[in-house]
Amino acid sequence: MKDRAFISIKGISKHFGKVRAVDDVDLEIEKGEFFALLGPSGCGKTTLLRMLAGFEVPTAGEIYIDREPTAAVPHFLRPVNMVFQNYAIFPHLNVFQNIAFGLRKDRLPRPVLEERVNDALALIKLDGYGARRADELSGGQRQRVALARALIKKPKVLLLDEPLGALDKKLREQMQLELRDLQRNVGITFVFVTHDQEEALTMSDRIAVMSSGKTIEHGPPSQLYDRPRTRFVADFLGTMNFFEGRVAGSDGDGLAIETDRLGMVRAQGPADFAVGDRLTVALRPENIRISPHTPNDDVDTIGGTVSNTAYLGDRTHLYVTLEGSDQPVLVARQNMDGSGSDGPAGHAAVSLWWRRSSVLLLKSG
Amino acid sequence: MVMALISPFVLLIGISFTLETGAQDEWVLSLANYQAVFEKPQYLRVLGRSLVISSLVALTTVLLAYPAAYFIAFHVRGNKMMWLILITLPFWTSYLLRVFSWKLILGYNGVINSALLWLGLIDQPLDFILYNTNAVVVTLAHAWAAFAILPIFVSLQKIDRTLIEAAHDLGENSIAAFIRVTLPLSMPGVIAALLLVFIPTVGDYVTPKMVGGPNGLMIGSLIQVAFGRLDNWPLGAAISVVSMITVTGTVCAFLFGIDRLKKLVARA
Repeated sequence: MKDRAFISIKGISKHFGKVRAVDDVDLEIEKGEFFALLGPSGCGKTTLLRMLAGFEVPTAGEIYIDREPTAAVPHFLRPVNMVFQNYAIFPHLNVFQNIAFGLRKDRLPRPVLEERVNDALALIKLDGYGARRADELSGGQRQRVALARALIKKPKVLLLDEPLGALDKKLREQMQLELRDLQRNVGITFVFVTHDQEEALTMSDRIAVMSSGKTIEHGPPSQLYDRPRTRFVADFLGTMNFFEGRVAGSDGDGLAIETDRLGMVRAQGPADFAVGDRLTVALRPENIRISPHTPNDDVDTIGGTVSNTAYLGDRTHLYVTLEGSDQPVLVARQNMDGSGSDGPAGHAAVSLWWRRSSVLLLKSG
Repeated sequence: MVMALISPFVLLIGISFTLETGAQDEWVLSLANYQAVFEKPQYLRVLGRSLVISSLVALTTVLLAYPAAYFIAFHVRGNKMMWLILITLPFWTSYLLRVFSWKLILGYNGVINSALLWLGLIDQPLDFILYNTNAVVVTLAHAWAAFAILPIFVSLQKIDRTLIEAAHDLGENSIAAFIRVTLPLSMPGVIAALLLVFIPTVGDYVTPKMVGGPNGLMIGSLIQVAFGRLDNWPLGAAISVVSMITVTGTVCAFLFGIDRLKKLVARA
């Protein structure tokens, strides 16, 4: 038998009455990984995290942490710690007492305890904040205290429930990088839950995308973004143009697909489609270019009319209506060197092109 | 409103400095009433006993109320309001009626004695359960239970449940999590409940009179006698003022002590 992964989730289900919050999930997480559970609200990701923590008892299945089964281990004895969504800082204790909370059983002499807590404060860059009361902390500071309070226990796994959800955008972006650095420094396995795809893409080594209690796909961020295998993941991560189609022919180079709105499209897709199969063709907005000059080979082109534009600062979204269709195609255009205002405007006729390698083929449905 | 609160108060203090001469329309300023209160040992003794009894009542009430409030706050799913209303149900009847029913329960031929006799656990009725301090404490604790349950319930209800989960997550079992998180966070409710029960029970005279016997006598009874049977309003007013100041002092000392305790715990 192959050795189990560091964390191994085997056929885990959690039913609340008739609701299957988590439905037969299998996952393996390696030691030292920064792992994201990503999905829309209500997809079961938080329930799965709470089962790892021991706050929920699985209806079926088994969770192994550090290769040990956990079913018989009560939550307060598990080698995991959690950073709660609202941080759950104890309001009646100051920062020092909050961070030292979990060390009571270690019965450390006072100087050792102080050293440990001060080290933790240094780790989260809050040196000298020990005497602050909980209600004197900002959102970002509360988050750091919650992190320190969990990390000081030296858990085998740190669980984070929407760790950055309560912070404003600028702070969130900064904390994404800080969390990443922190995780590399302490070398602890992080498992975090988020509904924010950007957060998941930025921070994680691997992402498991969940929907309706099931894991849909898992893999490294770039793989999920560039080569999703399901329509759900293609749609959930970033933005995507979808076209329905049917395989018209195949040769050594790839497939030719007859689509509803793009006409004939060629793709170097996986070979698991046969002539006649129905499928969905997906194209990222940033992979569709607007220009009269096209590279010579390996591209497809189509003409259209710009029906609407949305200026987003770093890029402009163009909605291009193709002939014979009302539903526009979304094209993202990078605005570099102040080029935001000199792109095609409304009602301009444009020519679109894309590389065959960027065409994604997904199973219909 | 302010007038309605302040004028009786001013009047009471004013009367306490006059002298009862028996003659109408004659007002003599005097400290004699206060002299009487402080010189005759029975007044201060009864006042001291009142404070002790009320403290016991407040403690007993809170100890009994806490589990009830905890149960409603943490274990009742759904209609908590209905449970709270059910708890106040006995308080819809008259206070006198409830005190009287305790007399029936604790009495010589009462429910408890009859039951114990019937079970053969005792040969003759116990006489130490009625007409003494214990009976006053039990009766008052029951009478004021709702006033203790409500503030404790509110403070427990307000506690963020993830704080308790966080305590578990940091390695504490249910008992330790209760002691380190739930209990300290519910202290405002506990303190409110202690005061809400302590302050009004100091002046109670109905319960001591009905179930207290000679040793259950409280300061309220003396005030009532002074204003009533003795018809010595200035003396009654003086006892009231002394009692009021003592209660205020006790409450202040209690709150100060709590504050010191909090700071002590915070430094630990």
